[in-house]
Amino acid sequence: MNKREVMIYTRYERFWHWSQAILIFTLFFTGLRVHGSHELIPFGLAVNIHTWAAIALMVLWVFTTFWNFTTGQWRQYLFKKGIMKVIRFYAYGILVGEPHPYKKSLQRKQNALQSLAYMTFMTLIGPALWLTGILYLLYNLWSHFSWSGEALWVVALLHTAAAFAMGTFVVIHVYMTTTGKTPLHYVKTMITGYDAVELSEVEEAYLKETKAADIR
Amino acid sequence: MRKILHALGMVALLCLPGGAAWASSTADHSKFESLKGPFASGPEVTKACLACHTEASHQVMKSVHWTWDITNPQTGKRLGKARTANSFCGSPVSNEPRCTSCHAGYGWTDVRQPAPTDPNAVDCLVCHDRSGQYSKVATDAGHPLYEPRMIGGKLKQPPDLIKAAQSVGDPGRDNCGACHFNGGGGDAVKHGDLDSSLKKPSRELDVHMSADGANMTCATCHTFNDHIPSGSRYMTQAKDPHGLDLPKDDHNRATCESCHGDTPHQQAKLNDHTDKVACQTCHIPEFARGGIATKTWWDWSTAGRKDADGKPIFIKDEHGHLSYSAEKGDFRYGENVRPTYRWYNGIIDPINMGENIDDSGILVLNTLHGGPDDPKARIWPFKEMRGKQPYDPELKTLLINHVFGQDDSAFWTHFDIQKAIKFGMEYAGMPWSGKIDFIETRMYWPITHMVAPKEQAVKCGECHTGSADGRLADLPGFYMPGRDGSKLLDILGFLALGGAIAGVIVHGLLRIVLKGKSRHE
Repeated sequence: MNKREVMIYTRYERFWHWSQAILIFTLFFTGLRVHGSHELIPFGLAVNIHTWAAIALMVLWVFTTFWNFTTGQWRQYLFKKGIMKVIRFYAYGILVGEPHPYKKSLQRKQNALQSLAYMTFMTLIGPALWLTGILYLLYNLWSHFSWSGEALWVVALLHTAAAFAMGTFVVIHVYMTTTGKTPLHYVKTMITGYDAVELSEVEEAYLKETKAADIR
Repeated sequence: MRKILHALGMVALLCLPGGAAWASSTADHSKFESLKGPFASGPEVTKACLACHTEASHQVMKSVHWTWDITNPQTGKRLGKARTANSFCGSPVSNEPRCTSCHAGYGWTDVRQPAPTDPNAVDCLVCHDRSGQYSKVATDAGHPLYEPRMIGGKLKQPPDLIKAAQSVGDPGRDNCGACHFNGGGGDAVKHGDLDSSLKKPSRELDVHMSADGANMTCATCHTFNDHIPSGSRYMTQAKDPHGLDLPKDDHNRATCESCHGDTPHQQAKLNDHTDKVACQTCHIPEFARGGIATKTWWDWSTAGRKDADGKPIFIKDEHGHLSYSAEKGDFRYGENVRPTYRWYNGIIDPINMGENIDDSGILVLNTLHGGPDDPKARIWPFKEMRGKQPYDPELKTLLINHVFGQDDSAFWTHFDIQKAIKFGMEYAGMPWSGKIDFIETRMYWPITHMVAPKEQAVKCGECHTGSADGRLADLPGFYMPGRDGSKLLDILGFLALGGAIAGVIVHGLLRIVLKGKSRHE
C-alpha cells in the first residue's frame, strides 16, 4: 500500500461544490432579508437575487443529479456501517488524539457520518427547499383557490424551517472542514481536488494505465 | 400578444374624443347665430344648446350628476348626496342653495324633491364652458351670477354667458374640478386626491393629467356614455378582470386596467400582486401632494364659540389654514399624506341620514366590504377622514345641521346648534328627541387620483416589513413575506443555528485546549 496524491474530487465535483456554496450563502442572506430578519439590502432586490439564485441552484442540481447517476458517484452517499464509531470519534476521540476510525479510499471518499449527512442534505433539506420554493415562486398559478391564503402560510413556514435546517447544516459542515490534518487541509483538497489516498499496487497500476484519475 | 393589445388600447385611446387636445371639432360654436345671445340666464343658454343637441338634457337627467340618487344593486340601498351622510357638512338637506350650487343644473332649491324636470334647467356650461370665466356662484342653487355682487368684501362680476356659450367643447380638468376639487366646501377639503393643483399638475403630481405626461382630462378615464359618467364611489370596481378596454367593449375606462391591463409590469413578481393589491396602492404613495392641504379632522362639537364681544371666533394656524371656525369647529389638515390601507371589494355601505347607528364606539360612516379571502377584494388606499358630528343619543340617528340660509335658525348666522338642528330635522321630516350629542366618526375616501410616475411608486420594503410603521402594519389576516412568520419557528430556527455555532466554537476550543491531535491522515 502506498500513499499517493490522487484527484478524488473531479473538476465538475469541485465546480458543483463551490458554486452550490456561493448560491446557498446568497440564498440564505437574501432569504433572511425577505423573511424580515435583517434590512441590509432593499426587499425588492433581495427577492430578485433570491429568485435568480434559486433558479441557478435548481439548474445546478439537475446537472448534478445527472452527473451523480451517470458516473455512479451516487453510491458514495449510500448508508455505511460504523456510524457510531465516527460520531464517537468527533465527540470524544478527536479531543484526546485517537485515530480516525475510517480510512479514505478511492471507492469510499466519505465516512459513514458524511454519507448520512449529505444524504439528508440531498433527499430531505434540499427537496424541502426547492419544493416549497417552487410553490412559492408559482404562487400566482394557485392564488385563485380559496385555500391559497392559508397554503401560502404553510409553504412559507416550511420553506423557512428548511432554510434554518440548511443553515445549521452549513455551520457544522464548515466547522468540520477544520478537522483535517491541518485546519485548512480539507478546504485545500476541495480546491485542488487532490488528497492523499492509500492505493494498493493494483489500484495504482490501474490508475496509471487507464488515467481514470490523476495521480500526483 | 399582451404588448400588442396594450398598444392597440393606447392607439384607440388617442383616437377617441375627450382626450384633450388631440381631437378637433367640425363645428365652431362661435359661428352659430343661436349662440350670439343675448342670454339673460343660464337656462336661456341651455335652451339654445338643446335646439341642436336635442337629447342632451334627457341624457344628463338620467345621470347621478343630476339625480343625486343612486341605488346600489349589490346592497339594494338607495344612496346619493340627498340621503347619504358625510363627515364634512353632514347633509345638503336644508342647506340647498349652498350645497346645490354644485348640482349640474339650475334652481334645485329643495333636495327633498327630485331635481328639476325642465330640460332647460340642465347646466351645459358648467361642464362644457372652455372660456374659463363661467362659474356657478356658491349660494344660488346652481346659478351663476347675473348681476355684480359683493362677495367676501369684493365686488364679483357675472360671467359673460355669450362668451361661455360660444366656447363650448369637451370638458377639461377645470370644468370637473369646479365642483369635484371643492367637495366639502373648499379646495382640497374632501377627497385628498382631488384639488385645484390638478388643473395644471406637474408630472410628479399626476403622470396622466400633466402636460408633461399624458395630458389627459378627467373624462379620458371617466368616459361618458350618453352623458352617464363611468366610475363611482358608491359602486366602485375594485378589480377589473376584464382588463384592456378595446373599441368593441363598453367604453368604460374608469379602471387602471382599462388601459394598462391586469399584468402591466415587466417584472413577473410585480404582476403577481395585481390580484390582491390595487394599482393605486403602490402608484399613489401619498395624497394631497399638490401643495394644497386636505382636511383630515373636522370636529363639529366645538363649533359656535364667540369671543368676549360676542363675535364668532376664527383662528388660523401657522400655514394660514383655519384651525378653528365658529361656523364649523376644529380642523386639522394634511399634506403629502400616506393613505390608510383596507381590503375593498367595491362594496361600500354608507349610512343614510335617519338610519339607526351604533354609538358604542367610533362610527364608521361608510363601511368597506372585502377581506383577504374575498377574491374580488384588493388592498386599496383611502383617505381616512376623522371627526365628530352631531347625533341623537336617544333615537340613535345622525342629525341634520341647518347651517346655511336666510332665516332665524341657520347655524352659520346664529350659532345656535339647538335651533339649527331643530330646523334641519323638521325640514327633513325626521324624528328627533331634542337631545344633541357628538359622535366620533370615520369616513373612507378611495384614493385613485394623483398617480405618481413609476419611479416614485411605493417600494417593496415599505409594506414587506415587520416594522410597526410599515404601510400594511395594521392590516392583518394574511401572510405577507417580510412582515409575517411564526415567532415559534424563528425561535427554534435561531436556536438551532445559534446552538450549532456555539457547539462548534466549544468543540474547537476543546480541541485547541486538549491539543488532541487526531492521527487521521
